[in-house]
Amino acid sequence: MTIETQSNSAGPRVTRRGFLAGTGGLTFAIVLGANGAGLITPARAKSMAQEITAWVRIAPDDVITILTPAAEMGQGSMTSVPLILAEELDADWDKVVLEWAPADPKVYGYTRKRGGRVSQSMAIVGSRAVMMYYNQMRIAGAQARKVLLDAAASRWRVPVSELTTEPSQVVHGKSGRRMSYGEIASFARMPATLPKVGKGALKKKSEFRLIGKSVPRRDIPAKVNGTAQFSIDVHLPGMVYASTVHSPVQNGKPKSWNEAKIKAMPGVLGTVKLKQGVAIVADSFEQVLVARSALKVEWKGAKAKGFDSETVLEKDYARIAGDPKAKIKTLQKIGDDKAAFAQAARTYKAEFRSDLGYHAQMEPLNAVARFNAAGDRVEIWEGTQAPGRSRQMIAKALGLETSQVIHHQCYMGGGFGRRSRTDYTIEAALIAKEIKRPVKMIWTREEDIAYGMFRPQSLLRLEAALDASGKVTGWRHSVTGDGKRLLQSGIKNFYYQVPNKNIERRGASHGIRLKHWRAVGHVFNVYAIEAFIDEMAAAEGMDSLDFRLQRMSPSKKAQTVLETVAKMSDWRAKRPEGRAVGLSMSERSGSLGAGVVEISLDGKSGKIRVHKTWLAIDGGTIVQPDSARRNLESGIIYGLSSVLKERATMKDGIVEQSNFHDYEVLRITDAPEELHVEFIDKDTKPTGIGEIGNPWVAAAVANAFHALTGKRLHHMPFTPERVKAVLKA
Amino acid sequence: MVAFTLNGKRVTVNTAPDTPLLWALRDHLKLPGTKYGCGAGLCGACTVHVNGKAVRSCQTEVSAVKGARVLTIEGLSPDSSHPLQKAWVAEQVPQCGYCQSGQIMKAAELLAKNPKPSRTDIVRHMNGNICRCGTYTRIISAIQRAAREG
Repeated sequence: MTIETQSNSAGPRVTRRGFLAGTGGLTFAIVLGANGAGLITPARAKSMAQEITAWVRIAPDDVITILTPAAEMGQGSMTSVPLILAEELDADWDKVVLEWAPADPKVYGYTRKRGGRVSQSMAIVGSRAVMMYYNQMRIAGAQARKVLLDAAASRWRVPVSELTTEPSQVVHGKSGRRMSYGEIASFARMPATLPKVGKGALKKKSEFRLIGKSVPRRDIPAKVNGTAQFSIDVHLPGMVYASTVHSPVQNGKPKSWNEAKIKAMPGVLGTVKLKQGVAIVADSFEQVLVARSALKVEWKGAKAKGFDSETVLEKDYARIAGDPKAKIKTLQKIGDDKAAFAQAARTYKAEFRSDLGYHAQMEPLNAVARFNAAGDRVEIWEGTQAPGRSRQMIAKALGLETSQVIHHQCYMGGGFGRRSRTDYTIEAALIAKEIKRPVKMIWTREEDIAYGMFRPQSLLRLEAALDASGKVTGWRHSVTGDGKRLLQSGIKNFYYQVPNKNIERRGASHGIRLKHWRAVGHVFNVYAIEAFIDEMAAAEGMDSLDFRLQRMSPSKKAQTVLETVAKMSDWRAKRPEGRAVGLSMSERSGSLGAGVVEISLDGKSGKIRVHKTWLAIDGGTIVQPDSARRNLESGIIYGLSSVLKERATMKDGIVEQSNFHDYEVLRITDAPEELHVEFIDKDTKPTGIGEIGNPWVAAAVANAFHALTGKRLHHMPFTPERVKAVLKA
Repeated sequence: MVAFTLNGKRVTVNTAPDTPLLWALRDHLKLPGTKYGCGAGLCGACTVHVNGKAVRSCQTEVSAVKGARVLTIEGLSPDSSHPLQKAWVAEQVPQCGYCQSGQIMKAAELLAKNPKPSRTDIVRHMNGNICRCGTYTRIISAIQRAAREG
C-alpha cells in the first residue's frame, strides 16, 4: 500500500511514495529490529518482505527531508523531534524540510518496553514525543552521518578519522577540502549494511548545535496567516456536511426520531443512525445547523441516567472512602504504615475534592472522510494524538483492514488528551459510508461539551504520621471516584521518600464518559498532596519550604527544584500589602518541578487573582528551550484556568454546561503579569514537558490563599462562590 | 445573493440571507482561516473586520455585510508582512494556533485606532478572545512589539 501524495502548502506534505521513488540522492529507510527502529539501505529494504519506508532523504541540491512522526497540537514537537535527528546528522537546519510521517507505528513509532513486551506507538500522550523519540532519532541521525563520512573518505582516499562535519558539510581539516552533504549524496552509494552507532559515538552536550538552542517552530508561519490546515479546514470536491446529535444522558442510544420532517428541510440529504447518536447530513453546514435544532430524538435509557455529580461527590464518595468493606485497589505499599501511625507522635489528616473537567480544545471535534467508489478504501483527514491507533480503530469500526484506511494527519486545534480517542472520526467515516459522499462531520461546541469526556471528579483523603522529631514517617493517600487508572496518576509522590506509605484507589462506576486530561489524576492528587503538606507545615509552625526540606524526606532532585524556585521567587521576601505566595511541587512523566504563585484576593467578589508565577523544572536535556518554556507557560495558564474557573457538572446524567458562557476558561484579563520559568541545567535524557506545567498550580494557589486569609480551600475549582463561602465560614 | 468586498475583491455569495458570515467565508468562499470555536459569540475565533470594525462572523448574518468591506486573516497582508503577523512569528505566539486568526484580527483593530496601547488597553481590548493554550502573555508581548516596531 502506498500513501497518496497530498499537496498542502500549509503543512508538511505526506509523500511516502514520492519519498521512496525520489530520484538521485540518498534515501535512508528504516526498519524495526530487536532493538527498536534503525536505518537500513533501500537496496536491503527492497529485498525484504515487509514494506519499508523512509525517514531521511538527502538530495543533491542539499535539501534534507526528514519525516516528523510527532502529532502537533501546539506543543512544538513536530519541530523538536526531527531536530534531534538533524542534530546527530549535523544537518544545516535551514536546509531541512519536514514532512508528516504516515500513520504507521510499526515503522514510525517510538519503542516502548513494558514488562517484557516491546511495542511501537505514535501516540503523543503523556508528554511523550521528545522523551520517547530521543534516542531513536539520535542514533538514526548518527548513522546517516556516518554513511556520508565514509563516502567522503573513500572519494578523497583519506582515513575517515581525519574527517569532521560542519552543518551539512564534510570537512577534511588537513587539506582544507570540504564537500556538502548534497554533493556526497549525488555520488554516494548506500552500503550493504549500515554502520552501527553506539551511544558512545553520539555528540556530547558541548557539541550540540541545535539541541538546547532554540530554533523557530516550523508550524508557526502558517498559523499567523490562516493557512495552517486543521481537519475542519479540509475541503473535498462534492463534499457534504454533517453533525451528530448524541443522547443528552451520556451513552444513551437513539430509538427513533422525526426523520421525515428533518429530511424535508432545505438542503438535508438524510439522517444516519449511529451507535450513540443521530447524524444530520446536508449540502451546507448552516443547513445542518438549522436541521439540528429541529431534530427530536427519543433515546433509550442509559446507565448514567440519574447520575448527579454533586450528590455523588458529596455523599457517595464520602461513604465509599470511609467504608471498611469497600473494594480497594492498593497502588503502593512501602514499609509498614500501620506501625508508623501506631508509633506516631502526632498525626494529621485532610480531605479534598475536585470536580469534573472538560478539555475545551478550541477546535470542536471534527473529521473528514471519503470512500472510493468500490467502498473498500476510505481516506481520513483528522487531527489525532494517536494516528496509528486511530487508523486501526477506524478500520475495525468499518470492517476494513488497516491498510484500507488512508490517513491524513492534520494540525490539531488543541488536544489535551481528548484527541487520543478517535470516536468523532469513526462517526465521520460511518456517515461517509452510508451517505456515499465525502463528508465533513463537525460536532458543535454544545455537542463537544454535552458528549464530552471528562477529567474525573474525585474525593481525596490523606493522612500523615510524624515521629517525635516531627519528621513525616507515615503517609496514606486514598482517591475515590470513577475512571479507574485515570484517578491514580500523580498519586505516588516518590520525590518525597517517606519510609512508610499506603496509597490506594476506591472505585465507583456511573456510566459517564471520562478521559485523560492534561496530566489527568495529577491535577487533583498533586493538589491534595501539596495542600496537605502546607496544612501540616502551618500546624507545626514551620515555613512551608522548610517543612518540605526538613520533614518530607525530599529526593536530591526535589531539593534542587525547591531551592531553585525559592531563589527565583525570593521565597522568604515580604510581599506587598494584600499579596501572598504559595509553594507547590509536582512530577510528571519523569520531570520534576516546583512552583510559587503570588496572589491577591477581592474579598467582596471572592475572586482570586494570580499576579506572578515562578516555576523551576528538571526535565533533563531540554531539546528546545524556548518552545519548552512556552509549553510550560501554557500549562500554567491551563492549570490556573482549571483551578479558578472550570467546573463541569451533571444532573440526571446530563451535562449542565453548554458553551463558554457557563463553562468558563481563563481569559487574558486573568492571565498573570509575570510567568517565570527556569530549567535545571542537565545533560540527562529528556523527560516530559507538556503536562508538568499545570498540576502544581492548584495547591500553590490554595496555599497562597491560606497565607493571605488563614483559610483553607478544600474543593477545586476555587470559584468566587466557594471562596466567599470559605471566607464566611 | 449577497455581494460585498472580501479582502479587496468583489464577491457574491449565494446562500440563505441569514447564513452566518462565518460559514459563507469558510465553506462558500473557501477562506478557512477564520475559525469556528463556539458559534455563539463567546470565544472570538471567528473574528473578522467589517468596514474596519472587528466583528464575530458567527453572529453576523451574511445579508448584513451587503456592500461592505470584509477583511479576513487571508487578506490582512499578502505575505504575512502585517506588523502583527511579523510580531506573532518573532514572539512565537501560536501553540495549537486555532484561535490565532481571531486574535490577530482583533489586535489589528486595536492598533488601527490606538497605535501605542498600554498593557491595560491590550487586555481590555483582547478579553473576548479565548486562547485555550494560554498564549496570553505572548499575545501581549507581540502586540507591544508590533506597536514598537511597526
